Amino acid sequence: MRLYDLANVIRSKNAGPFTLTVDLLFEDDSRFQKILSYEILSPKTVAELYDVRPEDVTIHPFESVKAIKITLPRPCKASSGAPGDTDVYGSSQHYPLADLELHLSLPKIPSSCFLALRTF
Amino acid sequence: MKSITFVSPCGMLGYGYPLESLESAMACKPDFIGVDSGSTDPGPFYLGTGKSFVHPLQLRRDLLPLLQASRQVGIPLIIGTAGGSGSNKNLDFFLDILLQAAKENDLHFKLAVIRSEIEKLVVHNALEEDRISPCGFSGPLSASAITETNRIVGQMGTDPIIAALERGADVVVAGRCCDTAIFSALPIMRGFDPAMSLHAAKIGECGTLCATPAGANDTLICTINQDSFHVVPANPDRSCTPETVAAHSLYEQPNPNCFYEPEGKIDLSDCDFTADDRRGVTVRGTRLVSPDKQTVKLEGTALRGYRAITIAGIRDEKCIENIDVIEANVRQAVQQNVRSTIKEDEYSLRFIRYGLDGVMGKLERSTNKPHEIGLLIEAIAPSQELANMIVGLTRSTCLHQHFPGRKTTAGNLAFPFSPSDFQGGEVWEFSVYHLMEVQDLDSLFPVTFKEI
Repeated sequence: MRLYDLANVIRSKNAGPFTLTVDLLFEDDSRFQKILSYEILSPKTVAELYDVRPEDVTIHPFESVKAIKITLPRPCKASSGAPGDTDVYGSSQHYPLADLELHLSLPKIPSSCFLALRTF
Repeated sequence: MKSITFVSPCGMLGYGYPLESLESAMACKPDFIGVDSGSTDPGPFYLGTGKSFVHPLQLRRDLLPLLQASRQVGIPLIIGTAGGSGSNKNLDFFLDILLQAAKENDLHFKLAVIRSEIEKLVVHNALEEDRISPCGFSGPLSASAITETNRIVGQMGTDPIIAALERGADVVVAGRCCDTAIFSALPIMRGFDPAMSLHAAKIGECGTLCATPAGANDTLICTINQDSFHVVPANPDRSCTPETVAAHSLYEQPNPNCFYEPEGKIDLSDCDFTADDRRGVTVRGTRLVSPDKQTVKLEGTALRGYRAITIAGIRDEKCIENIDVIEANVRQAVQQNVRSTIKEDEYSLRFIRYGLDGVMGKLERSTNKPHEIGLLIEAIAPSQELANMIVGLTRSTCLHQHFPGRKTTAGNLAFPFSPSDFQGGEVWEFSVYHLMEVQDLDSLFPVTFKEI
């Protein structure tokens, strides 16, 4: 199942003009813990997907809100708004991570659940 | 001194807020109103040009009620990153609007203006003395990067705002400013815990973005006590919950467990969020770790050329199939055509192919074949005329470009407009985004006063 179907919220945004941050938010604690335990969600995987160096990728869990934050250099190699940029605010850079397949047998997030959390 | 209350009317001056929300917030007898008026979010153009990214009429619409409310009850109004990016040009643009609104409404106050533009020589000297370090992934700074930069602003912390408030400012208009400084300066000045004050400021600076339903266009009331702070939306249709407030710490930050301000590292790892029964949340347990050295974040911009674009649709299936071949051949034809006018390394040409890989570019992994493509062709060149010429030539070449198996011999592109090409104007880039170690902060952020 894709990460997109497992997370209640998956969003990206600039953290300053040179850094991108991707947030994954979960409603269900067991799902959150299970995803954290999967080795595939690693700096190495993220680095391959976004063509950046693994040592520049950090992955932080945030237990109190069942969230995982992934931070990396802006993947298009251009700072926000510079020649070559395709996404000034960085708000559509959650792919290709969102397409990452995690081989879990969990139900997809129902849409009502998604609506409850998407207002963050 | 039991508590201090501030009102954050909206996440950004010019994003709008309901006047009813401001009215309810003022009924809570706040000690000050704070509002952010700028950001690097919309990109480097606004610092580069000194233009505002919010329309002056909308800025005035949001500013006047705050000015009136604060003058009516005699509490400070603190505005940070005035006019968009805090350069002198942005600041002067903002002051024009403020002073005109004050004059027309017979409002009088002691105005403090804090400038934040930094001389390039100061940054050159700091570089030579090895006092500059990258911020995020901005890489090392070079002397030539400073030279090609048109203006540099420094992000002030709480100190210059406190200096203005201590001398009795009613309205503080600050240049480039940490969002937290706007809301934590007065609490820190009055002796409240800096950790609580800075965390409250961080949560409060986006208006009700920390509430549900979330929005940067509504008012938040924040009260700081000795060992906690409390946030509640002024609008009864919105609520804060422990989850929404805790989750706001994630927003636009590289690390959810801490954030850094000139005052130090604010550690959130032991924070506790408690709901009350009145749509509010109380936060406890924030800690502040003082910094080893005093630094100022610098932002600077360099002009990279002028942009022209054209937009067209591609519907033909053979054309879509051959899009890479078409692009390569068009590039080559254009280069051969313009080489007597401009060298290949003096301009850039970009084909953004919406529907195929427009957002992700080379990182796109989807192999789905679209039935149509939105093609955006961009030229960046040393002058607007050259950019216009290159995009025009690229457009006509692409319209008639041959490719294997072509059936669309009358033309490959569907243009929605006449004229089909657009001038994008100046193209800027953040050329400085670095931390500078400093000894004397006051000289970087001079405060001036004026009775209005």
